[in-house]
Amino acid sequence: MNSGIEKSIEIAGCASCASCVKTPQSLQDFPIEWEGDHYVSRREMVKFLTLGSFLLVLANWATAFARSMIRKDSSTVLRLGPASDLAQNGALLFRYPTPQDPCIAVRTQEGALVAYSQVCTHLSCAVVYDKSADQLVCPCHRGVFNVDRGAPIAGPPTRPLARVKIEQRGDHIFATGLEV
Amino acid sequence: MNDRQFFIDYSRCIGCQSCVQACGECDTHRGTSMIHLETIERIDSVQTAPQVCMHCEDPVCARVCPADAIKKTPDGVVQSSLKPRCIACSNCVVSCPFGVPKYMAEFEQMMKCDMCYDRTSVDKKPMCATVCPSGALMFTTMEEIQRTRMGIPVNSWKFGQEEVKTKVYVMVPRAVERVNIDLVQITPTPASLPVDPYDIALMLEVLQ
Repeated sequence: MNSGIEKSIEIAGCASCASCVKTPQSLQDFPIEWEGDHYVSRREMVKFLTLGSFLLVLANWATAFARSMIRKDSSTVLRLGPASDLAQNGALLFRYPTPQDPCIAVRTQEGALVAYSQVCTHLSCAVVYDKSADQLVCPCHRGVFNVDRGAPIAGPPTRPLARVKIEQRGDHIFATGLEV
Repeated sequence: MNDRQFFIDYSRCIGCQSCVQACGECDTHRGTSMIHLETIERIDSVQTAPQVCMHCEDPVCARVCPADAIKKTPDGVVQSSLKPRCIACSNCVVSCPFGVPKYMAEFEQMMKCDMCYDRTSVDKKPMCATVCPSGALMFTTMEEIQRTRMGIPVNSWKFGQEEVKTKVYVMVPRAVERVNIDLVQITPTPASLPVDPYDIALMLEVLQ
């Protein structure tokens, strides 16, 4: 047993002397001194960093997953009307996803079905469909958007229009969600 | 930390309660005083004595705390219990030889004098020492107290067989070197009992 004590003293780096009083293990683990209590060992630091990183990864995954869940739940399907209402090279106004969000559905000259938010990305005027040019035009400041992708091609707007997913099911047209 | 020390001169106390009031006005524990103003031999005398924490070098209150809630600062001040840790077991209350820690039922926590650490750590006097009108509680240098007082300051105590050294000094007559307080032994202590060969805690201590 004595050899055990001497060994532990050697490990602690203390010279063996008669006056040396060994601190009990309980006080080493739970020191009364403020400094000892505040001391952060390397192992604790590494443990904190590892667990912290792990939690950060989990939180990121949870956020990504939550976003996808919310998006899935929030997309409501709205029937816009019979497909005959939207003739080739024609436009149809509707509100989606709430009655406060004006949108415009367009059947282009090529026959493609597209829909965008009607709110201009410059100063929120309502854009309209210019049949002759096959473009979406904002009358306030003459902003022009490409009808295929909603991208700004002329005027002050710099950001594309928010796109609404639209599809034809049988003889009817439905808005099924927003493209973010 | 400054070189000023805390001195108690019990014989100078006039029982005015100024220290009690001042302690209660401290922002860290507003409304609750940490000082015990004791009456001594109430039948025969009107003498009172203020008792602040003596800040032992080896604080028994911290040693017996099962929740590791009482800490000593590098300058030797034993702090009040840490609120997140204190489990209100009152071990410290019964173990302190000076009877300083108080169990505050309304906070479910032990609270005691911390020598106004918010003040003394920035070289200000503790609240009680600033208001004491008779100099029973003094926060000053050793030279100053020796120059102005008849007695001498001691910080060595003996309670029964237990020797205690404190950070706070008390003024005693010049003949006294250590304050000895005899205790009546009513139950056997671990020291007076034969060693239990099956004491697991003792075995672990020896193995370490």
